[in-house]
Amino acid sequence: MKRPPTASELNLCLCHSCGLACDMTDEPHECPRCDAPLHRRKSNSLTRTWAYMLAALAFYVPANLLPVMNTTMLGSGADSTIMSGVLEFWEAGAWDIALIIFIASIAVPGIKFVALTLLLTTVQRDSAWARKERSKLYRFVELIGYWSMLDVLVVALVAALVKFQALGDIEPRPGILFFGLVVVFTMLAAMSFDPRLIWDKDSGGDLSDAEPGAAPVTDDAVPDPTGA
Amino acid sequence: MVNTDHLIICEHCDCVYEKAVLAKHQKSLCVRCGGVLQRFNGLTVEQRLALTFTAAMLWLFANFYPVMSISLKGLKNSATLWDSVLALSQGPITFMAMVAAISIIIAPAFQLVLLVWVLSFALSSRRAPGFKVCMRWLETLRPWSMLEVCLLGAMVAVFKLAGLLDVLPGIGLFALAVLSLMMIRIAGRDIRDLWDIL
Repeated sequence: MKRPPTASELNLCLCHSCGLACDMTDEPHECPRCDAPLHRRKSNSLTRTWAYMLAALAFYVPANLLPVMNTTMLGSGADSTIMSGVLEFWEAGAWDIALIIFIASIAVPGIKFVALTLLLTTVQRDSAWARKERSKLYRFVELIGYWSMLDVLVVALVAALVKFQALGDIEPRPGILFFGLVVVFTMLAAMSFDPRLIWDKDSGGDLSDAEPGAAPVTDDAVPDPTGA
Repeated sequence: MVNTDHLIICEHCDCVYEKAVLAKHQKSLCVRCGGVLQRFNGLTVEQRLALTFTAAMLWLFANFYPVMSISLKGLKNSATLWDSVLALSQGPITFMAMVAAISIIIAPAFQLVLLVWVLSFALSSRRAPGFKVCMRWLETLRPWSMLEVCLLGAMVAVFKLAGLLDVLPGIGLFALAVLSLMMIRIAGRDIRDLWDIL
């Protein structure tokens, strides 16, 4: 397969802040257009991603084991963890909401751990396997990033609302702190990973041309109203 | 210095292309990794500024009116976004209150202020004072602004409480719903086009 030239072959560098293709002949440290620091690759990408991800993994345990909130109704109180919240909805017949919470709170962080580990190990072994699919996987991890914040915000809202002292009271519990930390650290991990590392050892595919060609245009089958 | 303005680099695999002119509903994809290179930007500066002012009004509504109110045996209570941040600030979990405040109140507010500032000057084809700093902050803030998550969270909270007591969605919730959708449109990546037109 023919491929276009890469930025490093043309001695260019992408500015991550404004998207300018910066000429690297004079080895500038900052983008000439927006002054953001320039790096050919995100610095210490693999080490940082591993560190953030392992930190998140460590917080994932107390996040799931410790109670996230305490509900007191008419004198009788009960702690609930994230999983017990899901089960409560499930047993009440609200399987759709149970599913939303389960996906956002338990599945999404889990998928992120698996996906990031896969990306990190394959990059470290210079693997040529399924590069395009791994690129897609990374974009997916970036996309689902912050949705795990859902439970933190639900607990915050519910705790702010139900404040009737003895009659009914809901309070946040430390589990939610660890849970929020999982979200923050997995987001930092995904941001530290440099997806270009997947392609750096790509020797296959001839250079189609020394000059960059026009960007291929596709029609959106479904118009994307968000434009995100 | 070589002029590189017409080039575009794929952020996912470093391939270099020449920028294409896009029509409505079109986008350009990288042939190697399939990542999106460019997306059609359908908003003019005027339209974006107008939407930003609308969003700023909605931000005020979302923040100063209760997101929802509940009643239990004659007792009533309501909560705004700020109340829910405060609810997290008690005890050992204070740090989470800060994260929540940033993601649902502070980051969107800053995004809107920066957009109004940058776009008002862009209207007369000028770069605002501190343009570079403002644009960089808009990039930095984007991943931490989580209004759409907050919207889903509020809806889950409605269902969670509906079993225990009476829940009434407030003006804040409707403002939040529209605001979160608008933020996706106005504060998205295509704001980078300002670099090219100014």
